[in-house]
Amino acid sequence: MKKCFWNDQNGSFFPEMALDFMPTEKLRQVQLQRLQATVTHSYNKVPLFRKRMEDLKLKPTDIQQLSDITLLPFSTKKDLRDTYPYQLFAAEMKKIVRLHASSGTTGKPIVVGYTQEDMEVWAQVVKRGLLAAGFSSEDIVQNFYGYGLFTGGLGVHGGLESLGATVIPVSGGNTERQIMIMKDFEVTAIAGTPSYFIRMIDVAEKMGVDLRKLKIKRGLFGAEPWSDGMREYIEKKANIKAFDIYGLSEIIGPGVGSECECQSGIHIFEDHFYPEIIDPETLKSLPDGEEGELVLSTLSKQAMPILRYRTRDITSIETTPCSCGRTIRRIKRIGRRSDDMFIIRGVNVFPSQIEAALLKAEKSLPHYQIILDRKNRLDTIEVKVEISREMLSDNIGDMEALKKRFSHSIEQILGISIMVSLCEPGSLPRSEGKAKRVLDKRQQGATL
Amino acid sequence: MIIPQISVFLINKPGRLHALCESLAKANINLLSMTLADSGEFGLIRLIVSKPKEAVQILEDSGLAATITDVVACEVSASKGGLAKLLSTPAGKLQIDYAYAYPTPSKKDVAVMIFRFNDPNVAISKLKASGVKILSAEELLQDDP
Repeated sequence: MKKCFWNDQNGSFFPEMALDFMPTEKLRQVQLQRLQATVTHSYNKVPLFRKRMEDLKLKPTDIQQLSDITLLPFSTKKDLRDTYPYQLFAAEMKKIVRLHASSGTTGKPIVVGYTQEDMEVWAQVVKRGLLAAGFSSEDIVQNFYGYGLFTGGLGVHGGLESLGATVIPVSGGNTERQIMIMKDFEVTAIAGTPSYFIRMIDVAEKMGVDLRKLKIKRGLFGAEPWSDGMREYIEKKANIKAFDIYGLSEIIGPGVGSECECQSGIHIFEDHFYPEIIDPETLKSLPDGEEGELVLSTLSKQAMPILRYRTRDITSIETTPCSCGRTIRRIKRIGRRSDDMFIIRGVNVFPSQIEAALLKAEKSLPHYQIILDRKNRLDTIEVKVEISREMLSDNIGDMEALKKRFSHSIEQILGISIMVSLCEPGSLPRSEGKAKRVLDKRQQGATL
Repeated sequence: MIIPQISVFLINKPGRLHALCESLAKANINLLSMTLADSGEFGLIRLIVSKPKEAVQILEDSGLAATITDVVACEVSASKGGLAKLLSTPAGKLQIDYAYAYPTPSKKDVAVMIFRFNDPNVAISKLKASGVKILSAEELLQDDP
């Protein structure tokens, strides 16, 4: 018997889910209509976009087919900073019902706005992601994404409410209380950043709580790149299925795309967000299947339409259909960002490679930080690794051997010598649940 | 017969040892003996304390990595050649990772040594067979006010 895709596991009907299975031809038609409307809307309401179109001698009517999207100018994070706070808004302030902002560690934050309609779309796409990952209205969900200006907490919250699940809006922090709630409230599903959940796994162990014996079945994780190794670790340590939800505040927040039960890539909710892959050097469009930078355009956003936004995330669009039957395309899970990459002694390095090496050496992922520096005109790379109770040995020789295992494993992958130093638990910086991985102390503009 | 010793990882920076001692002091835990092994960038502090389980919890709560290691406490004659005599028994041929003295201000003619044997249970039976007095945790801690 053919599975009816738009019923959830309890047989409840969710019309939104049918959107994931729209015939491709119909989907492309919807996309073109919405793209044309978005270009017109932006052209009329956003001076920066209009000026860029005029510079290119383009009119909204020049967008005749979907492939014409490549004619449009790119937008970047810098645009959001330069237009701080409201100059990219395409709706009157009285229509804006919500503002969010980035943490803004350097200078001014970036601000994003939503109309009521945008809020409904946001809840809908997150809900579709939750349904795809097998969440249902029966679930009791602990949402430990940060609530507040960050889009993570309230974004996922909206989707959970729309699904009809029982939401526990616990937000981030107070890890011991999180574990207590997980156990006492009989939580069946969780949502948050993967690095914070890995911390919870450690704390639960210390408290003598076996997460594998709790009622949690699944988790939705996002807001930072996480490796397959991290997924394996989470799934094994907590006996849950871990799904990747993708999103960024500039586009909408979490819910740009999400994984289905097949866990084989992120389905982009293409009727609202149009994905392209470009070569980050030449800015030329790349065909499906080729790896490059993900560029996204919003197709229905009213408050802040964004066209051809350069995400800096490196991925590719999958060419084969997913076995779940969804017609919306998938991107590979994000392993790295083009702006995460650093060059050390001529070698291109992504933090994810170092992460993979650490996992290989120790079978669990320690908290780490990469420090780049320049000493005597030579670039140095140091990887600081926090010691956990599990790694600790009473024997100095064992500790030295652990250090060697880490450095050997990294050197094998990168092919350059590095320094590993061990440090105390909790001594490396963390920022709002997202781990801060690279500290580049090399002087700007210095030449070798 | 096994004594729980606490091993703590400390980064080699000024003030870290003080921070460790301060958190134990605040919790009213008595530090009975201690030795420090360093490797330049980090150190391992080994401690015998009055309430080991509680101490590990407190150290972990204050953000340190701590673990319990099994060590053996033996009485040694407090005279010339006392330790040499003890190590001339079969137990002296076993692998000893490290050893340090344990202060016993109330006793005059015996001293107490802490040994980290590679295999503490084998060591205990060999020491016992040689007539060496091995102290239990209760005996060791009885000097503690």
